[in-house]
Amino acid sequence: MEYIPNILFAIVLFLGVGFFAKNVQKLIRNIKLGQDKDVSDNKSQRWKNMAMIALGQSKMVRRPISGFLHVVVYVGFIIINIEVLEIIIDGLLGTHRIGLSVLPQSVYGFLIGTFEVLACLVFISVIIFWIRRNVIKIARFWKSEMTSWPKNDGNYILYFEMVLMTLFLVMNATDLQFQALNSGNVISQFITPWFSGMSEGTLHVIERGAWWLHIVGILVFLNYLYYSKHLHILLAFPNTYYGKLQPKGQFNNLEAVTNEVKMMMDPNADPFAAPAEGAEDDVPAKFGASDVQDLNWVQLLNAYTCTECGRCTSECPANLTGKKLSPRKIMMDTRDRLEEVGKNIDANNGEFKDDGKQLLGDYITNEELWACTTCNACVEACPVSIDPLSIILEMRRYLVMEQSAAPVELNNMMTNIENNGAPWPYNQMDRLNWKDE
Amino acid sequence: MSELLKVPTMADFMAEGKQPEILFWVGSAGSFDDRAKKITKAFVKILNKANVDFAVLGTEESCTGDVAKRAGNEFLFQMQAVTNIEILNAYEINKIVTCDPHSFNCLKNEYPSLGGQYEVLHHTQFINQLIAAGRLEGLNDTYKGKRITFHDPCYLGRANNEYDAPREVLQKTKATLTEMKRHKRTALCCGAGGAQMFKEPEKGDMDINVLRTEGALETNPDIIATGCPYCNTMMTDGVKAKEKESEVQVLDIAELIANAQGL
Repeated sequence: MEYIPNILFAIVLFLGVGFFAKNVQKLIRNIKLGQDKDVSDNKSQRWKNMAMIALGQSKMVRRPISGFLHVVVYVGFIIINIEVLEIIIDGLLGTHRIGLSVLPQSVYGFLIGTFEVLACLVFISVIIFWIRRNVIKIARFWKSEMTSWPKNDGNYILYFEMVLMTLFLVMNATDLQFQALNSGNVISQFITPWFSGMSEGTLHVIERGAWWLHIVGILVFLNYLYYSKHLHILLAFPNTYYGKLQPKGQFNNLEAVTNEVKMMMDPNADPFAAPAEGAEDDVPAKFGASDVQDLNWVQLLNAYTCTECGRCTSECPANLTGKKLSPRKIMMDTRDRLEEVGKNIDANNGEFKDDGKQLLGDYITNEELWACTTCNACVEACPVSIDPLSIILEMRRYLVMEQSAAPVELNNMMTNIENNGAPWPYNQMDRLNWKDE
Repeated sequence: MSELLKVPTMADFMAEGKQPEILFWVGSAGSFDDRAKKITKAFVKILNKANVDFAVLGTEESCTGDVAKRAGNEFLFQMQAVTNIEILNAYEINKIVTCDPHSFNCLKNEYPSLGGQYEVLHHTQFINQLIAAGRLEGLNDTYKGKRITFHDPCYLGRANNEYDAPREVLQKTKATLTEMKRHKRTALCCGAGGAQMFKEPEKGDMDINVLRTEGALETNPDIIATGCPYCNTMMTDGVKAKEKESEVQVLDIAELIANAQGL
C-alpha cells in the first residue's frame, strides 16, 4: 500500500510525458510536410544566432518593458524547473526533498530561496502582462485576428503561470519541516502565517495537495503547449537556428525558373528535345505556394513558433494604415491550415485527402498579399526570427506565375518591363536622354 | 549646365580600350522619372567634380527586374537579370554604384547566384567614401544649421543594414540632423516598396506615405532627406498632402551634396 503514491506518480508522469511525446511526433511530421530547404550552411553563425536571439533574448529587449518582464519570466521558468527535477525524484522514490539529503543545507537553502524569489517575480510579471493585455488593452493584443481562441489562449497561459507559481510557494509555506529549517524560505515564510491555526495534519494535506497539483499542473501545461501559441518556449531555439542568414533584402532565386530561363537563353538548346532521364522529377508541380505543403519546412516551423505577440503587425506599414494585411495573421493562418492538413492526414490513415480548401483564399486573401510593401519591418521586429515576408512572396509567386492574377496595374508594369526594359512605357533607346535634357 | 555633364558610356570606354573605376547603374526611375532624373544628374555632377572615372550602360541598361520579383514574377525577374548579367560580364564590370536602393539590393544580393558577381555600392556609401578619401572637398554652408531628417529606405537600411553612410554624408553639410521616432531599424516604409509604386494601395484608413510624412514633420524639418527615387516621390506627395511644400523640401542626399558643392 505504501507504494501507491509512487506508482500513481510514475503513471501520471508517464502519461504526461508520453502524450506530449506523441504530439511532438505529430508536430515534426507536420513540419516535414513542407518542401526541403538546405540549412546545413554556416553552422557557427547559426549557433551564434540561437545563443544571442533565443537564449540571450537580444531582440526581446528592444522593447524594454515587455522585454524586461519577459526575461524575468523566461529566467524564472528555466531556473524554477530545476525544482521539478527534485519533485520527480521525490515522486518516484517516495522521498521528501531529496535535495536536503544530497546537498549541504546552505546550498539547498540558497537554491530554494532563489526559486522562491523568482517565483514571486514571475508572478508579478505575469500580473503585469495580464494588465497590459486586458486593462491597458495594448493595441497589438486587440487586432482583428486576436479574438476568441487566440485571445483566450494568451490569458489561459498567464493564469496557468500564476497558479503554478502560487502552488510552488504554498507548497513551501505549508511544509513545516522546511519552514523549521528557516533556510531558503525567503518568500514562503510570509505566506506561512496565512495558514496559522490549522492543524499539522491539515497543513500536511495542503502541502501534499499543492505538491501534487504543481507537478500535475506542469504536465498539463506541457501538454497544453501543442494546442497553444506557447510552443515558442521550445521552438524559438530551432527557429532562431534555422532563421535567415542572408541580408533581409535578399529573396531567394527560384531554381526551377533559373533552369527554364537558362534554357531559353541558350541558343543551342532544343526546345523539342525529350527531357533527360529522371529530369521529370526536377520540374516542380507549381511555382510559388497556394497551400502549406508548397512552403518549405522552415516556414512551417516559423508558423508553429509564432507566439502571436504581434510586434510584427505593430510595425507593419500596411497594418498601421488600416489595410487588412497583418503579418501575424499570415503566420497564424499558416499554422491553422497546417493543423487542419495534419488532422486530415490522421483521419485518412496517413494520406492527405483533398478537402477542397487551401491556404490561399480560404485563409489568406489576395487583398492581404497585395498590401505588402516587402519592407521587412515584420522580419526585423520578430524576436524569434520568423519571416512572414517569405510566405507572402511565395504566395504572390503563385498568384502571378500560376494564375496570372496580379492587379491590372502590375500586369501593365510587367508588360512594360518585357517590352521596353522599364516599368513605364518608355522606349529603351531613350534611356540616356536625361543627360541632354 | 547640362552641356557640362560628362556621361560616358561603357561602349565609349570599350572603344578606347579602357575600363572605368565604376559603373553608374542609373536604373529605370533614374532614367525616365522626371523627379529622379534630377537626382541622377546631381550624382553625375558629384562624380564629375570628384573626377571619378565612371561610365553608364546607357541604352544597354535594362530594368534590374527587382520590382517584377517583388510582385511575384520570378520568371520576368530572372530574364531581366540574365540579360543584364550578360552585358555586365561582357564589359567585365567589377564595381557598380547606383542611386536606387532597390537596384542596389537586387544587384548586390540576387544577381550573384545567377552569375553576376560585382561589388555594389549605394551612392550614399560611395559619396561617403569620396569624402573620406578627400576626393570631394569644399562643401559650402548652404545647409548649415538647417534641420534635416533622413528617411531610411527599406532596401538600404533593414534590407542591407546600412544606416550610417547616409547620415555620415549628411553630417558633412553642417546641418542639424534630427531623427524621426521610427528610424533606422524601425523606420517606416514610404509605401512604394514591393511593387506598390505601380498600383493603387489596398483599402485602408490612410496612405502609408502620409503616415510617414507625418512622422517626418514631427521633427520640424526644413528638409526631408532621402536616398531612393521612390521614397522621394512618396515623401514629396506626402508633403503636398500635408500642404507643407512651401516650408519643407524633399531632397536626395546626392542633391544636397551637389548643392552644397555649388554644383
